[in-house]
Amino acid sequence: MVERPLHGGEEQLEEIEIGLLLEGVFRYYGADFRNYAPASLRRRIRESVQREGVESVSALQAKLLHDAACLERFLHTLSINVTSMFRDPGFYLAFRAKIVPLLRTYPFVRIWHAGCSTGEEVYSMAILLQEEGLYPRCRIYATDMNPVVLRKAREGIFPLASMQEYTSNYMKGGGKGSFSDYYTAQYEHVIFKPSLKENLVFSEHNLVTDGSFNEFHVILCRNVMIYFNKTLQKRVHNLIYESLVMFGVFGVGNKESLRFTPREAEYEELDADNRLYRKVR
Amino acid sequence: MTGERVVVVGTSTGGLAAMQVLLTGLAEDFAWPLVLVQHRSKEPGSELCKYLQRCCRWGVSEPEDKEPINAGRVYLAPRDYHLLIERGNFALSTEPPVYFARPSIDVLFESAADAYGGGVVGVVLTGANGDGARGLARIKAAGGLAVVQDPATALAPEMPRAALDAAAADRILPLEGIAPFLNTLGRAAVR
Repeated sequence: MVERPLHGGEEQLEEIEIGLLLEGVFRYYGADFRNYAPASLRRRIRESVQREGVESVSALQAKLLHDAACLERFLHTLSINVTSMFRDPGFYLAFRAKIVPLLRTYPFVRIWHAGCSTGEEVYSMAILLQEEGLYPRCRIYATDMNPVVLRKAREGIFPLASMQEYTSNYMKGGGKGSFSDYYTAQYEHVIFKPSLKENLVFSEHNLVTDGSFNEFHVILCRNVMIYFNKTLQKRVHNLIYESLVMFGVFGVGNKESLRFTPREAEYEELDADNRLYRKVR
Repeated sequence: MTGERVVVVGTSTGGLAAMQVLLTGLAEDFAWPLVLVQHRSKEPGSELCKYLQRCCRWGVSEPEDKEPINAGRVYLAPRDYHLLIERGNFALSTEPPVYFARPSIDVLFESAADAYGGGVVGVVLTGANGDGARGLARIKAAGGLAVVQDPATALAPEMPRAALDAAAADRILPLEGIAPFLNTLGRAAVR
């Protein structure tokens, strides 16, 4: 008879509960978070425990398995990452200087924005391409696993309060016009010009479980893989490699790199500071 | 010896001068990784890392995602990301700011407590808000050590005060006393 737990401490118990919850959600709903990076996942599960008003991770697990609406909220908690338009302006400067000239050599350009969340960075790219005169021959495929954030991205409506910061980012990112020409303000929000949406395709895609769906000239996956553990990062690096044309461009977040990833040797660096790479093998 | 213990430090207003005093005082045989969160603007172009390097004998860097945590190094949370600790490596996140801060001290401290339990020393320095208090309480609850700058010696006493209210501190030290205390810990653990 076992009277005491084999592994002491509530921390270990919570870890076991989290493992069981993730396994349950995967087996029942097919949503696979088992290879997410543990620290931020734990934070979000604790947030869900609080918000759902339950006592423990095990109780959250029960609620998730019996209540699909609870799962919806859970998925939302797991996919909300806060970004901004022209985040890291240096990236957009580098893109204008080094990537745009490459793209001019193609008659048609397919760009995949993997893990686009609420779309701020997608609209930023559309603006940049429009200013460079490239947008008419580009198509941007913006994907996310969460239909709720995709709906928001598709609307292209953002808080007016953010525009000051975005305008500053836009200018530092090499913006050639006046940022306010791209949107119309209404009450507390702004809506971006319909012409920016013309060549945007928003669709659901899950980097954890879905495969490649096209060949792209540019793939941007910035600050998305930071939520994955190394096993899952490997999978996504392979998926991205397979989805790029030869000499296609790959961009990751400022604090991510291709070092120690399985495809490192198949890329060359185009811009070290802004983490832009090109597939050369 | 690495990978089981870490010193985490949080500061806000007045932190630049405070971090300088702390880093200058670290001894040559201080063999812990030291991780700093300083509340900072998300605007690029800050030279904070280079600045800190000038007053520190250890290498100072902003960790990349999944970078291993090594002893004898100082790590500074990058702007506009939360910095989290997992077993043996760092992780980054762009989750929403916590109490208007990204990087957040609470987020770093709580993840350190989860990953390293009793192997964590949490240090709260000068600052003008309550970030770090919850995280320090979590460090204590997981068996770690809580060190708080004496509010009387802090440029902005609110943050140390909030930390003292939330967690029973093991040491309340004047700013100049914190590095020497950490040095003795380093030596004790090496022995």
